[in-house]
Amino acid sequence: MTVSATLLVCAVVLTFVGSVLVLTRSLTRVLMGIIICGNGVNLFVLAGSGPAGVPPLLYPGVPPETMSDPFPQAIVLTAVVITLGTTAFVLAMAYRSTQLTGSDFVPDDLSDRRVALRAELATERSQLRAKARAGETDRRSVRRSVRELWREQRRRLRDDRAYQARAGDYADDRWDDVLGADPESPPTPQDPPAPHQESR
Amino acid sequence: MNALVPLPVILPLAFCGWSVAVGPRLIALQRIASVTMLAAVLVVDVVLLVQADRNGPLVVHLGDFGPPLGVTLVADRLSALMLTVSGAVTLLVLLYAMGQEGSSRGPRAISFFHPAYQVLIAGVSLTFLAGDLVNLYVGFEIMLMASFVLITVASNEARLRAGSTYVIVSLVSSLVFLAGIALTYAAAGTVNFAQLSEQLAELPLGVRTLSEALLLTVFGVKAAAFPVAAWLPDSYPTAPAPVTAVFAGLLTKVGVYCMIRTETLLFPGNRLSHVLMAVAIASMLVGILGAVAQTDLKRLLSFTLVSHIGFMLYGLALGSAAGIGGAIVYTAHHITVQTTLFLACGMLEQRYGTTELTRLGGAIRSAPLLAALWFVPAMSLAGIPPLSGFLGKLGLIRAGVADGGAWAYAGIGAAMVTSLLTLYVVTKVWNLAFWRTAPLPDAAPAPARTEPASPPPLGRGATLVLTEPRQAAAPERALPRLTTAATVAAVLLGLAYTFLATPLTGVADRSAAELLARTPYIEAVLAP
Repeated sequence: MTVSATLLVCAVVLTFVGSVLVLTRSLTRVLMGIIICGNGVNLFVLAGSGPAGVPPLLYPGVPPETMSDPFPQAIVLTAVVITLGTTAFVLAMAYRSTQLTGSDFVPDDLSDRRVALRAELATERSQLRAKARAGETDRRSVRRSVRELWREQRRRLRDDRAYQARAGDYADDRWDDVLGADPESPPTPQDPPAPHQESR
Repeated sequence: MNALVPLPVILPLAFCGWSVAVGPRLIALQRIASVTMLAAVLVVDVVLLVQADRNGPLVVHLGDFGPPLGVTLVADRLSALMLTVSGAVTLLVLLYAMGQEGSSRGPRAISFFHPAYQVLIAGVSLTFLAGDLVNLYVGFEIMLMASFVLITVASNEARLRAGSTYVIVSLVSSLVFLAGIALTYAAAGTVNFAQLSEQLAELPLGVRTLSEALLLTVFGVKAAAFPVAAWLPDSYPTAPAPVTAVFAGLLTKVGVYCMIRTETLLFPGNRLSHVLMAVAIASMLVGILGAVAQTDLKRLLSFTLVSHIGFMLYGLALGSAAGIGGAIVYTAHHITVQTTLFLACGMLEQRYGTTELTRLGGAIRSAPLLAALWFVPAMSLAGIPPLSGFLGKLGLIRAGVADGGAWAYAGIGAAMVTSLLTLYVVTKVWNLAFWRTAPLPDAAPAPARTEPASPPPLGRGATLVLTEPRQAAAPERALPRLTTAATVAAVLLGLAYTFLATPLTGVADRSAAELLARTPYIEAVLAP
């Protein structure tokens, strides 16, 4: 089996470009990334079908050696159709995200934020301590600052928890929450929906 | 009998087509048809299991094309067992979800939930039955498309965020899967499992290992094994209870199933067993340590899910008949128990309006039945005898002792620690949510400020929208009867494994022997 170098180089470049885009925060960019990456992988599949330019036809009188392998093309066709479906889906999701939050950015997970916050506060505290040890500030003010930091951290964690708990709250009718807001009154970006408030 | 093999795929798809065509009319009929369809699938699954156990693998070449060309569906013991367990669990979850459907939004719920759910089941069934890599891929994609719909239909932004993670990770892993198929086909010239198992043996070791590693990575992402599991606790907890339950029960186990299938049939000899073993041990320990740190019940359960995937991978990594048999028993047990726990958790959420452990309490007095429904599967998850978790763990640990290597003993140690920590975690939940007195309204978290004092932005998208949380636990709501009945049935199904332990382990051991022998499968598929 001979492999076309052009196909492989194209596949590698497309996959690389697509992967970079997938790692961004904007859903629309991620969508572009998945399309490009998908095309790269499709080219990679095609590279498995041997020399290009030969017809993949199966009819009597044609010896198999003069035919291209039709199987990778069938797989690519399947993959293209599936990519089309997922493209439509991610596009709808990006649109919905814009509807709800005013942007299509994917925010951080709250637990990740907590971990990052803890690390950040720990760094600040150790810096303060280092200063005190070096004699730049007196110990009492350091102690006060550290206490402030702890209080700040606890307050933020509590806020985060309240936010996270909100995702679990829902209205009396379970499917209200599952189905989302009524299509007749789409929520505006200024007025983010709060399911548990609707229930009151 | 072979004509029955495609039915678990065709019946749900047929219902989906009909249901979409009918739309939001004829609600009662659609509900009845939905349940009937799944019950029929379950009956077919049981028949397949009995037949596959008695007569060996059942094979169907669709369109009468032979193995190199056509679509092959195979139901051997492992496929049929997984189909049966998943069929029973999906039926119960469907009943549970129907119990929660509100009357006011019934038509709209019908118009997308039931079709999407049935497509999900068709995808899962196709994955279990697929006889070649491409159909496995197609099955995965059917399942994923349906799961995307189910996980992101919610319009609240937390769910959309969680859904984005899930969708992106799934799509990327699908692309890697496709690349793996391309590589395997280009090297071996076929995608049929039976033919591949013969062709792959003649390939150079490097190509085989690359193909194996690619496939294992993809299935590892699906199964949420440790290094690639971060998406799971991130995305599952925000989905509605029935959806989370069926995802937790089935989707990760589909990944485990594919690992068992490809490792035994395509890549015998277990060359990557040390890698698998390390992944298994890391999954167990990291997952359960994550669960220890959580205060939200759904997140906590998601972390135990990651952790217990490690047990199944441990059995697979051992590679002996006892190990794989233990992994199969554990998979069957875990599908049921994890689903039941999420169902009970959903009931808790529906009744008290939250799953945050700091806000729950005293549930044993106000809802003793619910407490029992949580307690039994939780103890089973921790592995208290005589529940099914104990049987699964016992099988795995015996297989580990029989293996006797240093890795096997390290795995046993990790399994013991994980079991103890699981017991700690479920006891903590029991104490906080059920046993203690309910926290006073004052003890609830103080209202968050609407303008937070500039939380550090961790990226451009990291904005927090804070609204006033509820001051105290919501007024308790009565639970629909159908929901309760479905959960009770799920708990009973979990208990039944104890009473059916002999047949269950028998089937698991026979299917492990069949998987390791490989010839029954290959002969059945390639027979003229």
